[in-house]
Amino acid sequence: MIFLEQVITILWKDVRYELRSKQMWTGMGLFALLVLVIFNFTFDLRVDNAAAIAPGALWVAFVFASLLGLGRTIAAEREIGSMDRLLLCPVDRKAIYLAKLLGNMLFIGVVEIVALPIFAALFNVPLFVGALLPIVLLSTLGIAAVGTLFSAMAAATRARELLLPILVFPLIVPIVIGAVRATGTLLAPAVNEPPWLGLIAAFDVIFLTVSMLTFEYVVEE
Amino acid sequence: MALANRDTQTERQNSTIGTPGQNTRPPIASLALLTLTFIGMMTSIFMIFLYVPTDAIEGIPQRIFYFHVPIAWIGMLAFGVLAVASIGYLWKKDERWDWLARASAEVGTIFITLALITGSIWGRTTWGTWWTWDARLTTTLILWFIYIGYMMLRSYMGRTPASARSGAVLAIIGVIDIPIIYESVNWWRTLHPQAEVGTPGALPPEVVLTLMISLVTFTLLYSFLMLQIYQLQKMQALAQQLHANIE
Repeated sequence: MIFLEQVITILWKDVRYELRSKQMWTGMGLFALLVLVIFNFTFDLRVDNAAAIAPGALWVAFVFASLLGLGRTIAAEREIGSMDRLLLCPVDRKAIYLAKLLGNMLFIGVVEIVALPIFAALFNVPLFVGALLPIVLLSTLGIAAVGTLFSAMAAATRARELLLPILVFPLIVPIVIGAVRATGTLLAPAVNEPPWLGLIAAFDVIFLTVSMLTFEYVVEE
Repeated sequence: MALANRDTQTERQNSTIGTPGQNTRPPIASLALLTLTFIGMMTSIFMIFLYVPTDAIEGIPQRIFYFHVPIAWIGMLAFGVLAVASIGYLWKKDERWDWLARASAEVGTIFITLALITGSIWGRTTWGTWWTWDARLTTTLILWFIYIGYMMLRSYMGRTPASARSGAVLAIIGVIDIPIIYESVNWWRTLHPQAEVGTPGALPPEVVLTLMISLVTFTLLYSFLMLQIYQLQKMQALAQQLHANIE
């Protein structure tokens, strides 16, 4: 129980910090929208090809926006020097990781919730909220699980904005493929689709476990 | 705490390296490996270009297969060694494991790059295209990105214990992720020819023999290069330590 309390305390601290500045929320949201708009120009979206391109556009926007946000949470701690203090707290490293992960999921989730209706309107595709919810939730968890671990790594270097996407993009390929395919199946149902949601869920479980176990090595001074 | 840590690290380094007289010994293992690799390479080249029969369907270009397969094999083996050495480092906290990991990453990056290039040349003649998004090709490309990411991370973080730990975590995540990436791209689409060596009668004995010799040769070459870079890592660690002592 004390573990849970620690997680919630650190999470609440991060949420309050971000609520005060609001920079990250608005930045990520605007960025996601801009990607959707740019996609609209680059692929000349019309009603007849929307089902083929829209899932890709949506997930590129989400993945790019989440990477912007992932870099922030731990980098901000490093910038103001509070990371050392957080590490000095008698708190399990796993609790710190989980709190950061939940924080990242929350920030990405808010951006996704705002971007989804706008996406549906811009691309003129029906939005199956009920069916889309598990896809978005599980994929975000996967991206955040790997991303949180690597943002701690990248934050320790001089080139964190550059390094984070280079490290994270190759590793989340299964999530990207799975999410795009699963979303595409919603828009245009296909037969014999592999169990994409199962793949994403398996990815989540594996990397949540491994990241939690290895996080302490990354932040250790 | 960080200082104390560094001290113990230095003491441990003193105990593992820097014993004089060790460096003056002739590098027997290195020379033996070099000789074996040289003989193997000459034999392989002879067998690939003169001994093995030309493929009935694919013709002469198929001969690149005897380079491509061993090179790709080494590219993957090196990542396996990198992952094992990384686990060893996190477990034992011994810097020697990290030298091994770094050496394997450096050699592996070269080999995986060569595998992509030779594969592309083969694909051009056989499939008529330099690149297709097939499961093995895509996974190899992603593996290449992970290797490059590893090298970038290590060079940005410098030669510190934090860098070694972060690199080790990246390698472990990578080695778990590779099969998942392969499976996901496989579900997505696939075209690469399936391995035919295991099934009896599928390939003529000359082909199997040439491939085996070539595989052994490239594994020897890998061991030779590993030994060289491992020694280099050791010397760099020693040099850094001496530099720190002067300051």
